[in-house]
Amino acid sequence: MAWFKRSKEGITTTTEEKLEVPEGLWWKCPSCKKTIPTADLKENKYVCNNCNYHPRINSVEYFWILFDDNAYKPLFEDLRPTDFLGFKDLKSYQDRLNDAAQKVNVSEAISVAAGLVHGHKLVCACMNFNFIGGSMGSVVGERIALAINHCIKTKSTLLIISKSGGARMMEAAFSLMQLAKTAANLTRLSEAKLPYISLMTDPTTGGVTASFAMLGDLNIAEPEALIGFAGPRVIKETIKKDLPKGFQRSEFLLEHGFLDFIVDRKELKDKLAEVMAILLQEK
Amino acid sequence: MTYLDFEKPIEDLQEQLDKLRKIGENGKVNMASAIKELEDKMLETRKGIYSHLNGWQRVQLSRHPERPYTLYYISQLCSKFIELHGDRTMGDDKAMVGGIGTLDNESILFIGQQKGINTKQRQYRNFGMANPEGYRKALRLMKLAEKFNIPIVTLIDTPGAFPGLEAEERGQAEAIARNLYEMTLLKVPVICIIIGEGASGGALGIGIGDRVLMMENTWYSVISPESCSSILWHNWNFKEQAAEELKLDAKSMFDFKLIDGVIKEPLGGAHNNPEEMAKILKREIKKHLIDLKDFTPKERIDNRIKKFSAMGFFEE
Ligand SMILES: [Zn+2]
Repeated sequence: MAWFKRSKEGITTTTEEKLEVPEGLWWKCPSCKKTIPTADLKENKYVCNNCNYHPRINSVEYFWILFDDNAYKPLFEDLRPTDFLGFKDLKSYQDRLNDAAQKVNVSEAISVAAGLVHGHKLVCACMNFNFIGGSMGSVVGERIALAINHCIKTKSTLLIISKSGGARMMEAAFSLMQLAKTAANLTRLSEAKLPYISLMTDPTTGGVTASFAMLGDLNIAEPEALIGFAGPRVIKETIKKDLPKGFQRSEFLLEHGFLDFIVDRKELKDKLAEVMAILLQEK
Repeated sequence: MTYLDFEKPIEDLQEQLDKLRKIGENGKVNMASAIKELEDKMLETRKGIYSHLNGWQRVQLSRHPERPYTLYYISQLCSKFIELHGDRTMGDDKAMVGGIGTLDNESILFIGQQKGINTKQRQYRNFGMANPEGYRKALRLMKLAEKFNIPIVTLIDTPGAFPGLEAEERGQAEAIARNLYEMTLLKVPVICIIIGEGASGGALGIGIGDRVLMMENTWYSVISPESCSSILWHNWNFKEQAAEELKLDAKSMFDFKLIDGVIKEPLGGAHNNPEEMAKILKREIKKHLIDLKDFTPKERIDNRIKKFSAMGFFEE
């Protein structure tokens, strides 16, 4: 559910160990191994200048890519997680929350912002994988519900960028109910005839896929993103066979009819604006 | 009768009772008072054990091999029942059953996961783990019920949605997500009841209702205690602790307002008296159906959205 192991190129690393947002002066592409100046990578919308690999980035980078003049209003930041259940495994949930708050520059596994995209009003709820594996707990569910309210109030389009291992186990059934909560609130957005575009990025699995991520008016994804319900390891253990190449990747989902299209990060903004202009019949 | 590990004292007493009864039957010695004494002790022991069950023990009871499953309840509750098959796209999922029938002359639709009662059946039913076509069949039937203004009852009993290769190809996540969305908007009354295992998205996929109820010895959570133990403790041996931490029992779920009610079971669990359990279930369903009739479809939908929207904890 919340975390899974992925194997790529023969190496198995837990998702948490993986390199997050590129930092420093130089960035080494995990796919083509080329070393690239971080400034060039940013200039290229955080897509490898050499091989087009899409490294994992967080909300701050997506907001920078999307919003006109990098101008946007962060929303619902006051809403913070708490260890209501006093959940404890090898570590207490409260400690996990404290660690996350210290280590990363975001306040939860999702950040919401409102702004303009080529002049079109957009509310973007973007998941942060570096906050407890992008897992969905109560704050994620509530921020999405509030983002939907904000869309209705301001007649904006909703974009949710998913990047998550699934529901947050340390919130037990409360995290499960966020699937119901987000799906239920999306019915209200639909009633208001406002577009909802779901962008799935690497990885999108578990309860996130089984709720809002698959419910877009348009479901789109970045290239080669892992997208699925069960994690590959669980499936492999269940069927006791190796999984075919490309299984559960964006291209696989497009082929099986679950995506409208795959979008390169460099073209995301233009493509979104185009979709909004056509759906909303705005010039 | 299959005894669970924590039922050992009951098993021992039962053995003694059986012995005494046999001696009594031989007629040489009068065992009546000894038997009576042991029976009283048995009742006390059972009451003692079942009134202090922990999370893991509830999980064990929810999986008891003799526990009644969906089709048993349907056969007990409905005077008429016609099972309906298929999702009209892919196939007929044997792990998800459903059909139309009557409950005391009122039309009703039942949906539920079905587990098998023996090895062969368990495989045939895929251990109650539905594929996408199961969730799509469920939705098709719910839409049918909605069209003819028939209330819906879902009986939930699953260790999870099936994590298979074909399930992914056919969109397990999409099928569940679609049901969450569409069930929110159903115009007819919907009652969802956990009758055994309520594992995660696989359970929730038929779990959006005006009333969500749990039988006393069932569990409902985001993950099974075993998987939780394996992921968070990196080891399968912490399932009991995981069950406690997850607070997956009916009472906790009710206290957290994540469900709307708890259905009492006969002493020792549903399998100790399936007929009595079916009677209790029928009473509960009828009671809630009567309550829900007082609302308009719009009120029911608004209340559903409000109820699920209120779930969560955070600081502001
Ligand atoms: Zn590269």
